[in-house]
Amino acid sequence: MTRLSKSESGSLALSRRGFLVAAVGTGVAFSFLTACETGDPNAPAYEPTQWFAIDANGIVTVNIIRAEMGQHVGTSIARILADELDAKWEDVRINHVDSDPKWGLMVTGGSWSVWQSYPLYSKAGAAGRAAMIEAGATALGVEAASCSAANGEVISGDKKISYRDIVRRGGLTKTFTQEEIDALAIKPVDQRKLIGKPVTSLDIVEKTTGAAMFGIDAKVEGMVYGYPIIPPTRNGGQVNYVMDPAAKEIKGYLETVVLKDKSNTVPGWAVVIGETWWAAKKAAEAITLEYQPTDTMEVSEKDIQDHGRKLINDASKGVVLATGATNTAPVFRAAKSTLDAEYTTATALHFPMEPMNALAFEKDGKWEIHTGNQWQSLVLPWLAAALEVPETSIVMKTYRLGGGFGRRLNGDYAVGAALASKAIGKPVKVVLSREADSKFDSVRSPSVQKMRMAFDKDNNVIGMEQHVACGWPTQVMIPAFMPPGEDGKTYDPFAISGADHWYSVGAHKVRAVSNDLANATFRPGWLRSVGPGFTNWALESFMDEAAHKVKADPVQFRLNLLRAEGANAGTAPNSVGGASRQANVVKLAAEKAGWGQPLPAGTGLGLATSFGQERNMPTWVACVARVNVDRATGRVKVEKLTLVADAGTIVDPDGARAQMEGASLWGLSLALHEGTEFENGNVKALNLGAYTPLRLSDVPELDISFVESSEVPVGLGEPATTVVGPAIGNAIFNAVGARLRHIPITAAAVKAAMS
Amino acid sequence: MTKFTLNGKEMTVEADADTPLLWVIRDEAGLTGTKFGCGIGMCGACTVHVGGKAQRSCLLPLSAAEGLEIVTIEGLDPKGEHPVQKAWQDLQVPQCGYCQSGQIMQAAAVLKDNPDISDADIDAQMTGNLCRCMTYTRIRAAVRQAATAMKGG
Repeated sequence: MTRLSKSESGSLALSRRGFLVAAVGTGVAFSFLTACETGDPNAPAYEPTQWFAIDANGIVTVNIIRAEMGQHVGTSIARILADELDAKWEDVRINHVDSDPKWGLMVTGGSWSVWQSYPLYSKAGAAGRAAMIEAGATALGVEAASCSAANGEVISGDKKISYRDIVRRGGLTKTFTQEEIDALAIKPVDQRKLIGKPVTSLDIVEKTTGAAMFGIDAKVEGMVYGYPIIPPTRNGGQVNYVMDPAAKEIKGYLETVVLKDKSNTVPGWAVVIGETWWAAKKAAEAITLEYQPTDTMEVSEKDIQDHGRKLINDASKGVVLATGATNTAPVFRAAKSTLDAEYTTATALHFPMEPMNALAFEKDGKWEIHTGNQWQSLVLPWLAAALEVPETSIVMKTYRLGGGFGRRLNGDYAVGAALASKAIGKPVKVVLSREADSKFDSVRSPSVQKMRMAFDKDNNVIGMEQHVACGWPTQVMIPAFMPPGEDGKTYDPFAISGADHWYSVGAHKVRAVSNDLANATFRPGWLRSVGPGFTNWALESFMDEAAHKVKADPVQFRLNLLRAEGANAGTAPNSVGGASRQANVVKLAAEKAGWGQPLPAGTGLGLATSFGQERNMPTWVACVARVNVDRATGRVKVEKLTLVADAGTIVDPDGARAQMEGASLWGLSLALHEGTEFENGNVKALNLGAYTPLRLSDVPELDISFVESSEVPVGLGEPATTVVGPAIGNAIFNAVGARLRHIPITAAAVKAAMS
Repeated sequence: MTKFTLNGKEMTVEADADTPLLWVIRDEAGLTGTKFGCGIGMCGACTVHVGGKAQRSCLLPLSAAEGLEIVTIEGLDPKGEHPVQKAWQDLQVPQCGYCQSGQIMQAAAVLKDNPDISDADIDAQMTGNLCRCMTYTRIRAAVRQAATAMKGG
C-alpha cells in the first residue's frame, strides 16, 4: 500500500505536464497533458487526456477512473471537480472510462479513491474555472479580474454569461503549464458550495429502476454463455478427461472446453458452453470430469492454522516491520509482568451479491473484456499472457459492480471468460454459479496472531509484540508491491497493517509471517478493510485484556497510551495531530455511548478504536458496542453501535454516512454471523444455507457521527469495519466475563468462555 | 410453449418448461433489472411479482408461470416513481444497487398487502432479502416512509 499509493501519486506528479482547454466537435474538452511513455522518439511529446468536458448544452461530463461498487465514487469525485469549476450540479454527469493506458494506474481499493483524487480533480476544476472566466470576460467585454464564477455562470457586476453560451461561442482554447497549474488557488473551505454539502448522488435513480448496467448484464451480438466447472482445489487443477454424452441430450448445450491457460490464472477450469446459461448449467450437471490429484486436496483449516503457529514460533520466519525500537527481548526479560494471548480469525468469503462474470470477445484484432473490476492494471498482464497477445490489444470496459469488497481487485475470473471465447471463436459471457463463486473466491485468509505485552513494576506498558501469520495476497498476485521490512526482506502490507498502531508502548515488534500452506491452498484475497480486519481484532481485544490485567478502565488505559509524541505525533498533510486525534474519537465515542453508567445484568459496553487502513492515510475511528448476552445459551444480541469518525474533510456527507453504516455492519457480520473453514482443500460453505451474512432482523441501532475537520479528506469505505468485532468482544467480557479470542464468535464459544 | 403476461405485455416463450423464470426474464425478454444472486431463493435479488405476490424468480419454473401476470422492477411504475422507489431515492438507499430491485419489489408487495405495517413486520418481511452492502437501516426507514406515503400521510 505504501508503495502503491506513492507510485501512483508519483506518476501523476511526473506525467501531468500541464493542462489544455480546447474546443472540440461537441463542446470544450479539459485535458491534462500526459507525457508520452511509448518510447517512440517520433511520437508527440504530450498527449492530452480528457478529464472532463462541457458540451453545447452546458452539460459537464466528468471522466471517472474508479470503479463504482456502491460508494457513489463518481459523485464524490465529480463533486470535487464541480465545486472548483463552479458548475451547476444539475448539469454534471459522470462517465466511467475504459482501461486505456492514458488513465494511468487503475485501481479502486484501500479506501484511497477520494484521498488520491482530491488534488487532481480540484486542480482540473480550478483550471476550468479560470478558462471559463477568461473566455466569459471576453464575451462580456469586461476585465477578467472583475469576474467571478458561480453555478455555471461567469458574472461581472450585473452582466453574466452561462458556461453553455461560452461553449457555444466556440473557439475556446487555453493552455496551462505545470507551474500555472501549481499556482492555481483552491477554494478556501468557507467558499465551498458542493463539498461537504448534501447533494443527490448521480447513480441513485438508475439503481431503483433496474436500469443500472452491471457486468452480468453485458451483452453482444452472437454471444453464447459459459458455465465454469471449478476444480476441487484453487491451484494445480488439471483435467484428466471430460465425458459429456448425457449433456448432449440437453437442448441448448453446445460443447465443453478445458481451458489451456499459460498465465496459470484459472488452472483446471472447464467451461460448459450453452445457448443459454441455464442450458449450460444443466449440461454441467450431466458432465463427468476427472482431475489429477493435487498437493492441497486434503488441506483443512486446522492444518493451515497449525502451520501458522509453527511459523510464528520459528524465529527465522517472517519480516519485522521498521517501527523504531523493535528489540523487545531485553524489555520482556526485564519486565515485572507480562501478558500473552493468541487470537485467531476464520476464513471469510467476499460473497458479493453479483457472482463473478465477464463477457469476452475478439473484434477486429482487439480483445474486449466487459466486466466489473476494481484493478484493471493488475489483470491486464494476466489476460495478455493467457491470450498470448500484447496488453495493447486488450481493452476492458468497466461496468457497475454488484459489490466489490476487494473481490474484484483480483480479476482472475476475466481470464476464464477470455480463454473460453478464444477456444470457441465466439463471444462468451461466463457467469459463475453461486457455489462456483464461493469455491473460486479469493478468500480472506484465516489468521493466527501471537500477542505479548510487558509491564514495569508500576504497571506501565514498556513493550509489545504482535506476530501475524496468514496467507499473503500481495505476495501471490503482485509481489513487486511489497515494501521492505527492517532487514530489507519484503512483506505484504495488507497482511499486517493495523498492527503498526499509534499507541506509545515502548519497545514494539510487529512481525508479519507468510503462511505458505495458505498461499498454496488458495489465492488469498484482499477483503474489505484487509489487514486491520484481523490485526485490529487481536490488537483491540488484547488492549482490553491488558487494561483489565492492570485494573485500569479500558478507555482511560487507551487514552494514556495515545500520546501525540515521537513517531505518533503525526505529520502534515495526512496525519496532522497524530495519536491525539485517535484519543479524541475514543473520548467522544465513550461519552456518547454513556461509558461508565450502570447497565442491566447481562448487558455490557465495549470499546475499540482504529486508525483505518494505513499509517500514512489514517482515518480515526472509535466504536462502542452495547450487547446483551443470554447466559443460558451464550447468544449475543448487539443492541447498539456508537461510532465516531475523524476522516478529515467530509466530501460527501450522506455517502460518508452510508459507508460508515455499511462498513460497521460488515464488521458486525464478520464478528458474529459469517465465516467458513477449509475442508479437503477448499471452503466448506458454498451458498447461503451454510454461509450466513447479517440480515435485516439482526441489525442494531446505529449512532454515527463525524468530527468536524478541514484536514485532508481520507478514506471511509473500510475503517469502521475493524472496530466493531473487538468492541463486541470487549462488551461480551464486560457483560458476562467471557473473553473471546476467535471470530466469528459463536454462542457455544461464549458459553464455554463463561464457565 | 408457455404464455404469460410480463409487465402488461403478452409473452410466448419456447424455453424448456423447467427453465427458471429469472433467466427467461433476463435473457429472453432482455429485462436485466431482475438479478441472479444465489440461485436457491435465499438472497431475494431475483424477486418479482407473480399475480401480485413477491416471488423468487430463480426458483419458479417457467411452466408455473403459465397464464400468470408477472411484473418486474421495470414494470413496477412507468416512470420509476412508485412510492417505494421514491422513498428509496429520497433516502439514497442503494450503494452497489445489485440487490435493490429485489428489495423494492419485496417491499412493494409487502406494503400492498399490509399498509399498516409494524416495525417488527418490516424486519420479518424484509429479512429474506440480503443486502451485502448492508444498507439495512436505510431499507427499514424507506419502507416506513413508503408506507406513510402510500396511506396518503
